Amino acid sequence: MNTLGWPNLRSLNQEGIVFAIAVVLFVAAAIGLPGFIDPNNLVAIVRSVSVLGILALGMAVVIIGRGIDLSAVAIMAMSVAWYLQLLNTGTSDGLAFAYVLAGVLAIGLLNGFLVAYADVPAIFVTLATGSFVFGYVRSQLITQDAVPVPQGHWVELLGGLRFLDIPIEVFVFAGLAFLFFLFLRYTKWGRYIYFAGDNPTAARNIGIPVRPMLVLRYVLSAFVALIAGLLTAASLHSINTRVVNSTLLYDIVLVAVIGGIGLSGGRGGVRNVLVGAALIGILLNAMTIIDIPLLYQNLIKAAILLGAIIVDGIINPRDEQTAQQGDI
Amino acid sequence: MSFRERLQSWRYNLVPDHLVGEILTKRWTDNAIPFLALVVTLATFGSVIPGFFKLTSLQESTRQLGEFSMVVTGMTVVMLGGGIDLSVGSIFALSCFSAVYVFFILEQSIWLALAASIATGLVFGAINGYLVGYLRLRAFLTTLVTFIFGRALFDILVTTYAADVQLSTATSDVLDFIGDSTFWGLSVSVWLAIILAIVTHIALTRSRPGWHVLAVGGSRRSAHNAGIRVRRTVFMTYVFSGFCASIGGFLIACRLSGAGPGTGLNLEIMALTAAVVGGVSLGGGRGSVIKGLMGAIIVLTMTNGLIRLGYGTGTNQMVLGIMLAVAVTIDIRWLKNRHKVLNEVYVAPVYLKMGATQSAAPGSGTPYELDNRLSAADHIGLGELEGPEDVILDRDDNLYCGTRHGEIVRFFAPDYVRSEVFAHIGGFPLGLAFDKAGNLISCVGAMGLYSVSPDREVKRLSAETSRSWTSIVDDARLRDPNDCDIAPDGRIYFTDSTKRYDAHDWALDSIENRATGRLLVYDPKDGSTKTLLDGYRYTNGVCMAHDGKSLFFAESWACRVHRYWLEGPKAGTAECVIRDMPGYPDNINRASDGNYWMAWLGMRTPSFDLSLRHPDMRKRMTRRLPQDEWLFPNINTGGVVKFNEKGGIVEAMGDLPGGAHPMVTSMREHKGYLFVGGILNNRIGRYRISGADPNWTSPASYWGARP
Repeated sequence: MNTLGWPNLRSLNQEGIVFAIAVVLFVAAAIGLPGFIDPNNLVAIVRSVSVLGILALGMAVVIIGRGIDLSAVAIMAMSVAWYLQLLNTGTSDGLAFAYVLAGVLAIGLLNGFLVAYADVPAIFVTLATGSFVFGYVRSQLITQDAVPVPQGHWVELLGGLRFLDIPIEVFVFAGLAFLFFLFLRYTKWGRYIYFAGDNPTAARNIGIPVRPMLVLRYVLSAFVALIAGLLTAASLHSINTRVVNSTLLYDIVLVAVIGGIGLSGGRGGVRNVLVGAALIGILLNAMTIIDIPLLYQNLIKAAILLGAIIVDGIINPRDEQTAQQGDI
Repeated sequence: MSFRERLQSWRYNLVPDHLVGEILTKRWTDNAIPFLALVVTLATFGSVIPGFFKLTSLQESTRQLGEFSMVVTGMTVVMLGGGIDLSVGSIFALSCFSAVYVFFILEQSIWLALAASIATGLVFGAINGYLVGYLRLRAFLTTLVTFIFGRALFDILVTTYAADVQLSTATSDVLDFIGDSTFWGLSVSVWLAIILAIVTHIALTRSRPGWHVLAVGGSRRSAHNAGIRVRRTVFMTYVFSGFCASIGGFLIACRLSGAGPGTGLNLEIMALTAAVVGGVSLGGGRGSVIKGLMGAIIVLTMTNGLIRLGYGTGTNQMVLGIMLAVAVTIDIRWLKNRHKVLNEVYVAPVYLKMGATQSAAPGSGTPYELDNRLSAADHIGLGELEGPEDVILDRDDNLYCGTRHGEIVRFFAPDYVRSEVFAHIGGFPLGLAFDKAGNLISCVGAMGLYSVSPDREVKRLSAETSRSWTSIVDDARLRDPNDCDIAPDGRIYFTDSTKRYDAHDWALDSIENRATGRLLVYDPKDGSTKTLLDGYRYTNGVCMAHDGKSLFFAESWACRVHRYWLEGPKAGTAECVIRDMPGYPDNINRASDGNYWMAWLGMRTPSFDLSLRHPDMRKRMTRRLPQDEWLFPNINTGGVVKFNEKGGIVEAMGDLPGGAHPMVTSMREHKGYLFVGGILNNRIGRYRISGADPNWTSPASYWGARP
């Protein structure tokens, strides 16, 4: 293994392969599909993966720390839905935003607390909290599936912002990606995430505050989800809570895993997210241009994700002697 | 007795604290929480929803329950094997579609539809099993992905064929029967679910494949190292889960006569929640089909009840989320902390005021006065032996003793230098006795009463007595059989020192000081074991009186010796013959002069006697201090005491410097010598008794001269 944080030789291969596939797909689509290479379409590709990529950044940090956050999409959709509902029912903007921030923080803390201090597997905690967040907000706080953005609100204006004809969320994605890169690569706490993900027991033994940092990661992931939700609402002028039951969550995992972030933790970085997002963006765009129905797109994505997990399993094998008991 | 002490004795002797620990040791406490949740759930919804328990309403809910509980049974098996199957919803939906397709569109027989359903489930399960079992992928993510895959496939199929199914005119009596009718008051799906649950339960608890599943779930690595085919076992659990889900899918196809976009939606999180709420552990190995079924009823009652109460969209997910989070957390915390809690609360000391005693100090002038005579004993097997609790000699002067390693070692006469392992029993052989035929009878700690024939054949005589009705802990099992002796009629009288602790935890019993020791008798004629006396503080040594009409037994933690009458006017009763000794008595054996030898395993100390009057202090001590810092009885000094038929003390000897025999647990007189053993010692001592009959042997004393 070379310097920590940079993928080692094997996952570099995976990243390289995925990157190569993305390039090949891009070239093939550029040649074979009319209108693909059009600048507007290219911007559309980047825009379409921006939200996905932002969510994947949050997911990546959690996965590198040997966790997973299945509540990300629920937090993303339901926090913003609640926010908009509050605005629509006349709560002042500042107060509504404070409520939502507090709610998001609470769910992030709850996730982190249950994973770190109650030792419950992350996958169950976040599955449960995701279900709870959706159910609670949908049944108690909002009245219908889709909540519109109020006229003239800053979220709506945000959706109209352009710089050099490029929508704002692309810049947000780029900015966040850079921030996460700096965080993971150059800050002490960012480095700790790799240690904790690679070997939690050893990390704890050398004095790294493993548990508080676990909490931090889930809080981070929750806030990233909120940002992604706001951007979604900005571009669509409403938020549809049915997205929670869609395959968006698996797209996020797909972006992270296919980019080469090992599910066993301690490996990968922002670059992997970018590569994964690029491949998925090109793929989705190409499928849309070819006019494959959405249902079939889901089937194809599921097949790709399955392939990615199998490859991940082969590259990072586990066996009876080394597997952790109860590690499911 | 001061008022404070009276309060203490009431508080600690009348309040049954020990029951908490005993209940916690029971496996069924695992079931108690889900069962309680089940009762509460049913009671709540039954009282809130009008007509909840009406027959028609129940039949409709149980029909759904039948399908659901099948899926949960499959999920339970997968989870017991250490995995998880989130794709059950997809399998369920796809199997339902297969049945619908074969029956309504291909218009084939219902049985073919059933076959198609099952085939779908098996194939899907096999894919999961291959990926998780053989490719060793992570179960959760992998089945999540196959779930999306299956769901996407199902959505495509349903939208494509929905119209055709609507137009189909296929009907079948069998289908209507399965879907709508009841059989002996229960619907077919419930019958099938019950049969499946029973078969699965029997398979899991009483068949080799079932044990393999539990072993793999309990410890994958150990199972692998024990030669179980882990991968195949895991594979089979997923195939089974697919099978269960497919039957459920077939049943819903019969019930709804079709498949819709909502079929099997959210089923995976419901099934998972049901299994976990029921108490099936994540990570495998712990749980049962019954627990899964309890969870299924809880979850289905909750979700259906909330719908019938009119709560809106999303309520189900909210409730499922809360239930899952709470159940998983409780499961993990319970599993992790149960033994800690148990360790903390199990020791429940009682109050005891020991009577004033005479001193045993040298020069005190009492009959108990100890000296250093045992320091001069020769040693046998020094450094070779570990823990000769009891020693005994046969008619050929060979010396036998038990060891910590579960062996009975024989030293050869006359010099006792050569030794061999006479028999390997296991456990920790404690008390020894020869019967008339020359079999060596031994009380084996943690195992029971055993017999070793002269040609070394080991036979178990008894490992249990009758169960008492009121005891929570299983008092039929012999936990600490300690010493035995044999009556002239061949019946073996032996002690079981405590019901609450295993043999190696005898020191904990001394701190708790609860009177649970027993005197038992084994009858070789019919092989029965009976409890004669109960409720002594650590019954220990047993010795038949010289006339064979009564026996002496020691009550260690109360420092008393009792006499139990076998015949005569007092037959079947016990009387205390020596009380308030300064030492803790252990084994008792006959002496050549018509008296009896008694070993002292340790000496009373004022501090420990005081602590016995402060059960609260001992309780705090066992909870807050590491075991190394606990106050135990003093076992650094012991001795050998001779007493007469009436209980009068004749003499006492010891080894006060403690170089050879600090703690004495047994002694046996043989041809003018006293052979001394100690459970923590590394040797047997041989001490020449001045003035003893040089021809007296124990076998001859019991069974007469050599036949």
